[in-house]
Amino acid sequence: MVRVGGTLVNYIWDFSAVFSHADLLILGLRNTVLLAIVSIAIGLAVGLALAALLLCQYRVPRYAALAFVEFYRSTPPIVHFFWFYFALPVLFNIEMSPFAAAVLALSTQSSAFYAEVFRGGILSIERGQREAGSALGMTKAQAMRRVVLPQAVARMIAPLVERSFELTKTTALASTLAFADLLYQAMMINSETFRPLEVYTLVALMYLILLTFASALARIGERRAARWR
Amino acid sequence: MNKPILSVTDLHKSFGPQHVLKGISLDVQAGERIAIIGGSGSGKSTFLRCINFMEMPSQGRIALDGHSLGSVKQTRAGETRVNYAERELCQVRARVGMVFQQFNLFPHMTVLENVMEGLVTVKRAAKTEAREVALSQLTKVGLSNRLDAYPSQLSGGQQQRVAIARALAMEPEIILFDEPTSSLDPELVGEVLRSIRVLADEGRTMLLVTHELGFAYHFATKVIFLADGVFHEVGTPEEVLKEPKQQKTKEFLRRFNEFAF
Repeated sequence: MVRVGGTLVNYIWDFSAVFSHADLLILGLRNTVLLAIVSIAIGLAVGLALAALLLCQYRVPRYAALAFVEFYRSTPPIVHFFWFYFALPVLFNIEMSPFAAAVLALSTQSSAFYAEVFRGGILSIERGQREAGSALGMTKAQAMRRVVLPQAVARMIAPLVERSFELTKTTALASTLAFADLLYQAMMINSETFRPLEVYTLVALMYLILLTFASALARIGERRAARWR
Repeated sequence: MNKPILSVTDLHKSFGPQHVLKGISLDVQAGERIAIIGGSGSGKSTFLRCINFMEMPSQGRIALDGHSLGSVKQTRAGETRVNYAERELCQVRARVGMVFQQFNLFPHMTVLENVMEGLVTVKRAAKTEAREVALSQLTKVGLSNRLDAYPSQLSGGQQQRVAIARALAMEPEIILFDEPTSSLDPELVGEVLRSIRVLADEGRTMLLVTHELGFAYHFATKVIFLADGVFHEVGTPEEVLKEPKQQKTKEFLRRFNEFAF
């Protein structure tokens, strides 16, 4: 029961109209998951490269990477969506699908955040660890691969997962490009059924279940990566 | 005298404006055990760390088995500089073992994996062979019953003994000990020193930076007192620790024995 303007209103929940469009929601969920996975994968790869530049001993690549990171940290993601989808065709005659534009916007933005996580994780490993590796005769690359990274990765998992959740929720912005993600499908169903409470509650539940499941997986991964602690 | 296996000539090291080592020369013969003592900040750890290039010397040459390391380059200003290739440094470090004050075991590897790591990654030994060597070194330091433990499950003394086994597994020609007992609880010092003494009995060449003057006295064939970045006094343990000639050495030992009973 909800009190509206002094009178009690009995809202009767009715999901039947929404459930009859379940196929649309399933498609939306599929597209959201696809968009998130592709963007996370590209974002991680670019982020790793950026982190290497951030840790580079030469000034020019380091500052270039720093500028990239600062730019994406300090601008709202919806601007990036619009930029890739609406500005590029006008300015450079580059047209792309809503999916491609969304992937570009999400993966570039999150690569900046991932890069910071990678950099921080690597720097958090004590100098003595690298020294112990090189004292055995390891090259810098070997010490990084065998000694620093395995420890750093265990520390990175939690913030990386956090970032990826953030990204997954940001995929909803792709609906502004008319990409058929979960939120866009919800808007479509709503305009047909006029059942916003049911539609958006259900969509929220779907995000919740999706991310809770991912969260459980991540926790298992984290425990595996740090079984030595 | 035989040819020294390690030869340091006029070694200098500066950190920024701070001139820590001011021209140190030392020849080490095979089988020698050298204890380096001195106050904190005297540069003794820095000296040890220059020998396996954990710190890059600012000036001077280091020769291993008669081979001078690095290549001399003339700078535009007419000064000479020594450049070191990474490959050469890696080869040197594989031949010179080091045991750190903070142990620096790899926390993500078991005891056995820690000791195998250098053999597998650096020497490209087969796993079974590396396991064999690691096992015998761990037996020597009395830890063959903790092979699958992680460093976090061991006491400080046990961790340092694993670190000694890890260095030994590489069959180094020289072993450097950088204050190996300084971060241990007093009751754990003995087990580590006993492990080091076993190596002494094997006739290994060792350099030890330490505050354990009693151990230095029994262990070393030569004692060096380092102060203000130079060797102030060098001699047998008897000479340096029992009958020091230099005023600074006397003061240092007096401070050390202030609360002895």
